[in-house]
Amino acid sequence: MPQQEHLAVYEVFVRSARGLDHKHVGSLHAESPEHALMYARDCYLRRSEGISVWVVKASDVTASQGDDVADFVEPMDDKDYRHATHYVLPESVKNM
Amino acid sequence: MRNTDEHALQAEFDRRVAAEEKIEPTDWMPDDYRKNLIRQMSQHAHSEIIGMQPEGNWITRAPSLRRKAILLAKVQDEGGHGLYLYSATETLGITRSEMIEALQTRKAKYASIFNYPTLTWADIGAVGWLVDGAAIVNQIALQRTSYGPYARAMIRICKEESFHQRQGYELMLEMAKGSPQQKQMAQDALNRFWWPSLMMFGPHDGDSAHSSKSMQWKIKRESNDTLRQRFIDQTVPQIEVLGLEMPDPEIKWNETRGHYDSGEINWDEFYKVINGNGPCNHQRIKHHVKAHQDGEWVREAVRAYRAKQARKKDERAA
Repeated sequence: MPQQEHLAVYEVFVRSARGLDHKHVGSLHAESPEHALMYARDCYLRRSEGISVWVVKASDVTASQGDDVADFVEPMDDKDYRHATHYVLPESVKNM
Repeated sequence: MRNTDEHALQAEFDRRVAAEEKIEPTDWMPDDYRKNLIRQMSQHAHSEIIGMQPEGNWITRAPSLRRKAILLAKVQDEGGHGLYLYSATETLGITRSEMIEALQTRKAKYASIFNYPTLTWADIGAVGWLVDGAAIVNQIALQRTSYGPYARAMIRICKEESFHQRQGYELMLEMAKGSPQQKQMAQDALNRFWWPSLMMFGPHDGDSAHSSKSMQWKIKRESNDTLRQRFIDQTVPQIEVLGLEMPDPEIKWNETRGHYDSGEINWDEFYKVINGNGPCNHQRIKHHVKAHQDGEWVREAVRAYRAKQARKKDERAA
């Protein structure tokens, strides 16, 4: 197989317009961050999808995932008092 | 040549601000815009962090487990909001430690409201309802601020803060509809927090040192007096629902203006508190310094861990 198989994976994040967050749009293989940026432009920005791109080596991303995710977020699930709807107020102050 | 460049950059910046396009960290921006943002955003971040103290004061004495859980969740949110704002401010090229240093040496300010003590449990209701209520009015306007990271932090904060005001109002409602003593506590809390809450919007438009530049740059989107009036207009009916006395005898609906009229703020008190001579200024900073020093062992442990991991990595590589 050609060497390309072993190129590093980069995750691509695009800011579609000023003022918005960068959003994950996909990934690609590249031999350096600089090239990843160019490939990202060619792959993901062919139709003015964005005005700023971040590329991050996938191996540098530390992620929560898989079977442990339920346990990971569990402590937050039973705290409905964190939501505004938990508090019942009179009709007359509905817009608070 | 350099001058021409600067002019072009300035023109592009001005065009962006005029066109309601956000300014992002990698864009060129005038030095004064950057300085002004650092001042306002770090002040905002400090307010979130110092604001944890008056409420934290009651966590161990909350009257029920439910109230304790709510108050803990709220104070935890404020810490998180401080983090969002410090991080957003860091995109302007200032470090966290520089900001903390400025706070602790009183070069940077924070909202003067947090220099008032929380004397009774009803104060926790008044803080959530009035102080967070005033902060939300201010922050909703700031969701449209011209600096991208600040605007995004505001959007996140407003979303999370929706429960803060409601839990405070619910608490006030319980007190106001409770025993005569509880109702009196609610009235007293309202009376003490009303004026400092109005002061949160800052001096009158004509007396505000940073306002005109900030409005021109669209860092601030609405004037102090406009925001203050909005807060008064939305809060007066809420006082009526509670069945409490107005904290200001001059509050009166003005048919012609379509707004509530109200009495004049005691600006001497405002400047006294802002300049460090409020009831709790000394205590707030002293506590922040102590908490920071007490946390030094954690930062030291982090540094030791990082050094050890680096050493291990080197050994494996060798």
